[in-house]
Amino acid sequence: MNRRKFLQKVAGAGAFLALAPKVLAQGAKAFGEAALAPMKVLGIPLTPISQRAATENHVVRYISDTLPSRHTGASFSPIEHFQGLITPSDLHFERHHGGVPTVDPAEYRLLIHGMVKQPLMFDLEAIKRYPSFNQVMFIECGGNGQNGFSRTPDEAMTATRSKGLVSNSEWTGTSLKLLLEEAGLDERAKWLLVEGMDGAAYTRSIPLDKALDNCFLAYGQNGEALRPQQGYPVRLMVPGWEGSTHIKWVRRIEVSDTPYMTRDETSKYTDPNPDGTTSFFTWEMLAQSIITYPSGGQALQAEGFYEIRGVAWTGAGKVKAVEVSTDGGESWQEASLQEPVLSLSMVRFTLPWQWDGKETVLLSRAIDEKDYVQPSRAEVIKAWGYNHRYHYNGIQAWKVLEGGKVVNGDDVLS
Amino acid sequence: MTCCLRPFILFVLMLGLTLAQSPYGFGVPVDEEMVMSFNIHPSIAPDGRGLPEGEGSALEGFEVYAFICAGCHGPNAEGGPYDRLVSDRDFSAEVPDHLLAVGNYWPYATTLYDYIRRAMPFSQPGSLEPNDIYALVAFILAENGIIEEDFYLNAETLPQVEMPAKVIFNPSPDSFLPRTEE
Repeated sequence: MNRRKFLQKVAGAGAFLALAPKVLAQGAKAFGEAALAPMKVLGIPLTPISQRAATENHVVRYISDTLPSRHTGASFSPIEHFQGLITPSDLHFERHHGGVPTVDPAEYRLLIHGMVKQPLMFDLEAIKRYPSFNQVMFIECGGNGQNGFSRTPDEAMTATRSKGLVSNSEWTGTSLKLLLEEAGLDERAKWLLVEGMDGAAYTRSIPLDKALDNCFLAYGQNGEALRPQQGYPVRLMVPGWEGSTHIKWVRRIEVSDTPYMTRDETSKYTDPNPDGTTSFFTWEMLAQSIITYPSGGQALQAEGFYEIRGVAWTGAGKVKAVEVSTDGGESWQEASLQEPVLSLSMVRFTLPWQWDGKETVLLSRAIDEKDYVQPSRAEVIKAWGYNHRYHYNGIQAWKVLEGGKVVNGDDVLS
Repeated sequence: MTCCLRPFILFVLMLGLTLAQSPYGFGVPVDEEMVMSFNIHPSIAPDGRGLPEGEGSALEGFEVYAFICAGCHGPNAEGGPYDRLVSDRDFSAEVPDHLLAVGNYWPYATTLYDYIRRAMPFSQPGSLEPNDIYALVAFILAENGIIEEDFYLNAETLPQVEMPAKVIFNPSPDSFLPRTEE
């Protein structure tokens, strides 16, 4: 580097300092003795399994305190704290209907029967012997976003409570088609009835076409066995469809010529329409996105630079783009999608933003590979009314107040 | 001797063909008896397949309900900590979800039997006998005004109960069922 270039650099740095005094003032906190203390003692020895830093223990799932029982209901993934694509297995959202069963893997059996040439029973080792593959994939509860149907938006809404019934993992398993072919399909076969071994013996009907297309049986989650809460030792994966079809602790697959019209595909997970009819078998999850930073309950310290961050996903396949508005929807900018951008996986988006310290509303909308655009809250309510329970995918608005506090920015609609 | 062996040889040959179709064969072939003993809650389709022998009416169901169901679903099935079972109004877009119940939102009566047998009572799932389940289904349907209180439900009569809510499902859920031959 020659002398002139060096001087130019110094001058440039000086200009930067002059422009950003506040940022530097914040960054220049003094440090205490504790910042040096870990270097003066031996640390924790080797352990067979590690724990999170104790100071991260506030990052937990949200569970409503009004549930009559915690054997049914949901826990929400703390998506406002997520920093990557993969949901830590112990923070994956949960939805159970009769508690989490304790399954002895040595006693585990899967039965495939019904309209097949030869009923077959598999133990866990047998399932694991079949060719395996990995897929990074989101699972989203059909009821995710349900708070959006409230007439009065909850000002204290957080990203976790808004859309935290979604998680993203790397799943390892084997093709369901392969196992069905082992049993041999009868020509009458059109549907599967899939049953879990929980206290609700939870069942759902799955069209055979979907099963043969891309369903699989997962026994691995993020490099280890499934967590009990996620279906240990084996669960069904139904890519892109509502989470309640991904039967956990799967024990029985009956091949049939009929859907069974189970309780959870008729009286639940169905969608009342404003015209007085009800839609059902609405399995595919629509495009969603949510800004997780800044989001409800968080606070910006001062005006200046912030990276808006969030997540998006769609049951249709790939997220093509995410657009962000920092002015309440008057203008939209395309956010950057962070690699990898995988089909049927969550993606992370970012957008650099200079906050001028004034009140504003932040919005994000996902656009999927079929050019479907995530709708506004007003559009969702217009199409479905307030008495819907499932598949809410309206845009979540965050209002940044003067002073930096972030609250729910959803409008009260007329 | 050859004559007696022929069916056996044929059987072995066919077995060989069946196995040859499967490149892996890690599943264990099971017979119908083993299927039945593993399938403790056979799924019940709208046509009634899977329903066991037994019967019950609302008159008997009232007592079963009072003992094991009322604590969660209310003394008159009007709902408690858990779901309302008796509807007090017809379905419309204005009815909030906590007022959706068997009478105004369930398209098939067979679903009630299937669900109660596998999932209820909540803390002792799968513990009810067929007669009690038929009686409970009858009680819930009678409370909803769908059947008379002395009407006996069994494997034959239950699938014939027409649910008032079926018409709200669009398209008709019947269109997904296999065509019954007239």
